Amino acid sequence: MSTETVLSVAGLSKSFRAVKAVRDVSFSIPRGKTFGLVGESGSGKSTTARLVLRLVEPSAGSISFRGMDLAGLSSGDLRAERRHMQMIFQDPFGSLNPRMSVRDTLVEPQLVHGIGTPAEQLKTAERLLAEVSMPRAALDRYPHEFSGGQRQRIAIARALATNPEMIVADEPVSALDVSVQAQVLNLMRDLQDRHGTTMLFISHDLRVVQFMCDEIGVMYLGEIVEQGPRDRIYGAPAHPYTQALLVSAPGKAGGQRARLKGEIPSAHAVPSGCAFRTRCPQAFERCTVEKPVMRDLGGGQKAACHLLDGAVAA
Amino acid sequence: MLRYLGKRFLLILPTIFVPLILVFLLLRLSPGDPAGMMLGDQATAEQIAALRTQLGLDQPIFVQFLLWLKGIVTLDLGNSIFFREPVMQIIPRYAGVTILLTLVALTLAVLIGVSMGLISAMNRNKPIDRGVVTTAVLGISLPEFWFALLLIFLFAVTLRWFPVAGYNPPSAGIVAFAATIFMPAMALGVRQSALMTRMMRSSMLDVLNEPYITTARAQGLPESTVIGRYAMRTAAMPVITVAGLSAGYMLGGAVTIEIIFALPGLGRMLVEAVGRRDYPLVEGGVLTISLVLAVLNLAIDLIYAILDPRIRYQ
Repeated sequence: MSTETVLSVAGLSKSFRAVKAVRDVSFSIPRGKTFGLVGESGSGKSTTARLVLRLVEPSAGSISFRGMDLAGLSSGDLRAERRHMQMIFQDPFGSLNPRMSVRDTLVEPQLVHGIGTPAEQLKTAERLLAEVSMPRAALDRYPHEFSGGQRQRIAIARALATNPEMIVADEPVSALDVSVQAQVLNLMRDLQDRHGTTMLFISHDLRVVQFMCDEIGVMYLGEIVEQGPRDRIYGAPAHPYTQALLVSAPGKAGGQRARLKGEIPSAHAVPSGCAFRTRCPQAFERCTVEKPVMRDLGGGQKAACHLLDGAVAA
Repeated sequence: MLRYLGKRFLLILPTIFVPLILVFLLLRLSPGDPAGMMLGDQATAEQIAALRTQLGLDQPIFVQFLLWLKGIVTLDLGNSIFFREPVMQIIPRYAGVTILLTLVALTLAVLIGVSMGLISAMNRNKPIDRGVVTTAVLGISLPEFWFALLLIFLFAVTLRWFPVAGYNPPSAGIVAFAATIFMPAMALGVRQSALMTRMMRSSMLDVLNEPYITTARAQGLPESTVIGRYAMRTAAMPVITVAGLSAGYMLGGAVTIEIIFALPGLGRMLVEAVGRRDYPLVEGGVLTISLVLAVLNLAIDLIYAILDPRIRYQ
């Protein structure tokens, strides 16, 4: 039961005209676990989240959720299935309807999916507010009366309203003050433990991802370049990009590894061969001509880099 | 909510009185004199002076104003100099026509504007959207008097569906009323509907980009609910603002249309009264228009408060 896969994504790609936003992304998440996607802005993390929720139609690839192929569902079945996959977005100011009271916001998802009687729906709303440590009096107030952290807690309560199996959280704390971030993250972890929710967690903040995730995928220009259990990624990063990201994180002493230079290239013009070669301190000729494939490094860790050829052989 | 209403109500007073004071002063500062107009070219200076005394026009201007203010409070606006009848009896005969014309034109404009704007926004950049936008630009550029003549040419002269001009009150039967009000209302409303189309389209496109719309979709709300309950409620606000401005414009700008279609309305009455220097009638007419406008504005503020909880709580 504990190893059952809730979400499995294979070969997921999305192009917007000439822009390849997401390229051949594959991962899977076991029940109750959290998979993190990290990367700089423009790396395709958010698009991946939207693809998984089918808010954006994929150009290629498959999304299997609870053993069902989401891409094959009719729009009606997809709507019904949304009960089991909810989301939390980055902007707590924009993601709540300013014209709906907290009560309506929390009752609405239950209403849409026909869960419970009106009295039960209200009870659930009250329970959810308590779970996210908000006073019951908040029910009849409107989003603009709350702070960012409080709003994000309301958004979390809303995501839990249908008791979903999976929550997709797209940068849920990056719009919040650091002091509030910790509160919200702790809350999310507690709730996940209590409800056994599976989570896809997206962030550009490595510390946040380290705190939240069991397994991590590092994205660069629409691709996952390295993937593995948290301790492997943080303890023994194999890809030069992951190494550079870890060095760049504030509070880490740089030195033996080079910091990242320049900006992420435009997705209009992805470099030939390895997409990272233009910023890679260790790039050599082969990187220009040949695209590296994912190599299994053991212990569930995988990375796509030519430098690892020798490592695997040795 | 009550406090909000009270504040709005107090703001009505200057809206009504500032135009009144201006009109009162301007009439008396402009050349021409009602006594001279009434008595004609052959009148002697003594006759004119006697009539001026009788009409109270020889008193200082502020005394005249105070007397007139007293008249408003006691609901006695004096007698029309031309008709020799109480203003309070003349105005309702004309005001009804103008108010009905404005209401019908406004209804047409809102119906056309909102539906076209919606269709356009939902089919962004498709041929139908381009068609609507082009038509709207054309509609905004059409002068009303010219469009009125086109309507007469098409519907009255060529197709013979409606009479060329004239007016049947609703008491003459709804069909007879509709036949005489349709063309003037279209002529008056079409430009405003074009403005509302553009406003509705752009505000709808804005709202559809809001994160909470994405959230609503991701929650599994049916598209009709997302558009109807979430998006349109927000998108309606600027359109309501435009509708309020349009109503004011129509009330005051109905003159041309009333003249073209020979409607016995307030606009035509005012133009004639100004020509006759019929001070009391002009002042009564302006007072009526200000009052109707003020009530309209109050109604719009109320609609705002109903649609947007944030306004209520300020």
